[in-house]
Amino acid sequence: MVWCLGFASEVAVVVCAIRAKVFKRYLPLNLYMAASATVELLRYRILNHYGFTSSNYFYFYYYSDALLTITLYLALISLFVIVFREMSAERYVIYGASLLLGGTALFSYLVVQQSSNRLLTHFVVEMSQNLYFVGLVLTYVLWGAILKLRETRTQLIQLVLSLGVYFSLFAVNYAVRNLYPPFSPLSIALLQFLGCFLPVAWAYAFWRIPKDARLAPARLAVIPR
Amino acid sequence: MIAAIILVCSVAFLLQFFVSYCRSLIAASAKEPLPAEVQDVTGIGRVATANDFFRVVQLLHLCPERPEERGEIKAIGAYFRFLGFLRGTLARMMPSLDKWADLERGQCTHFAAVVLGRRIAFSRNLIAQQMDT
Repeated sequence: MVWCLGFASEVAVVVCAIRAKVFKRYLPLNLYMAASATVELLRYRILNHYGFTSSNYFYFYYYSDALLTITLYLALISLFVIVFREMSAERYVIYGASLLLGGTALFSYLVVQQSSNRLLTHFVVEMSQNLYFVGLVLTYVLWGAILKLRETRTQLIQLVLSLGVYFSLFAVNYAVRNLYPPFSPLSIALLQFLGCFLPVAWAYAFWRIPKDARLAPARLAVIPR
Repeated sequence: MIAAIILVCSVAFLLQFFVSYCRSLIAASAKEPLPAEVQDVTGIGRVATANDFFRVVQLLHLCPERPEERGEIKAIGAYFRFLGFLRGTLARMMPSLDKWADLERGQCTHFAAVVLGRRIAFSRNLIAQQMDT
């Protein structure tokens, strides 16, 4: 049921973006959603073929998750580029993002290098978790920039805020899992459920909000400006 | 230790993003005036208050649902309950927070009443279409 909702909403994001004629404007976001939907289908196929406890499913799940996390990170950077375009600062954003991605990969490697077996698998899992937190901090920076630069595009604001909620939910989930290992099965079960939030929120933003709608972002800040 | 710091930071970020996201959903309806029939049905005067929220939601459930509004109502319902929790805990020590939470809850009610107005109009259209055919 949750799987169906997740898959349907991922497809819905792409369909709504095409319908709203913003597919190209938010191309990396749509590519991420298309990749997510494809991975969901492949996971389902592998699950049916090899079973939930098989190593095939285990490896495919974690490796595809890492690739999707990197794709989502790139989608986030594309939102930075849109916000900073008017300042002609795209190049610096891309350099900074590449450095940060490399730094996160290096940090993850240093954390897991003591693992004697399955180094690559540990690295992939560790990097995914770290990227979620880096993504969360970057989204917060982007939200700060939106408030500071008085960015008023409602659709863009909603995309960024929903991404912030999504990253925070995952970061909380991973932190709880690390702090209280007995909660691991519950937190893993929650992942699928939490994963539905982003496609649902993005589909809503593309479907319901006109692409030229404007909004004063200062009204949305928790601390009034 | 690092996991604890990440947890605290993430929860703080989550609250900020959640509040801002819900406010962005509400913002569009804040300028919309309530139709007279909604005011009649709900008994809301010029300004919607937090006390009317659950009554408006009950009325919403009586109208045929529009699929595109299901998520909005759930998100705003969660936001309303979160604000209620805030009022019952932290806001007791901070009167300004209490006032802010109350205003926000009023905005949630206004949003629900606007959706109710749309649903009433939607139901009317449905009936009119059925009468035509």
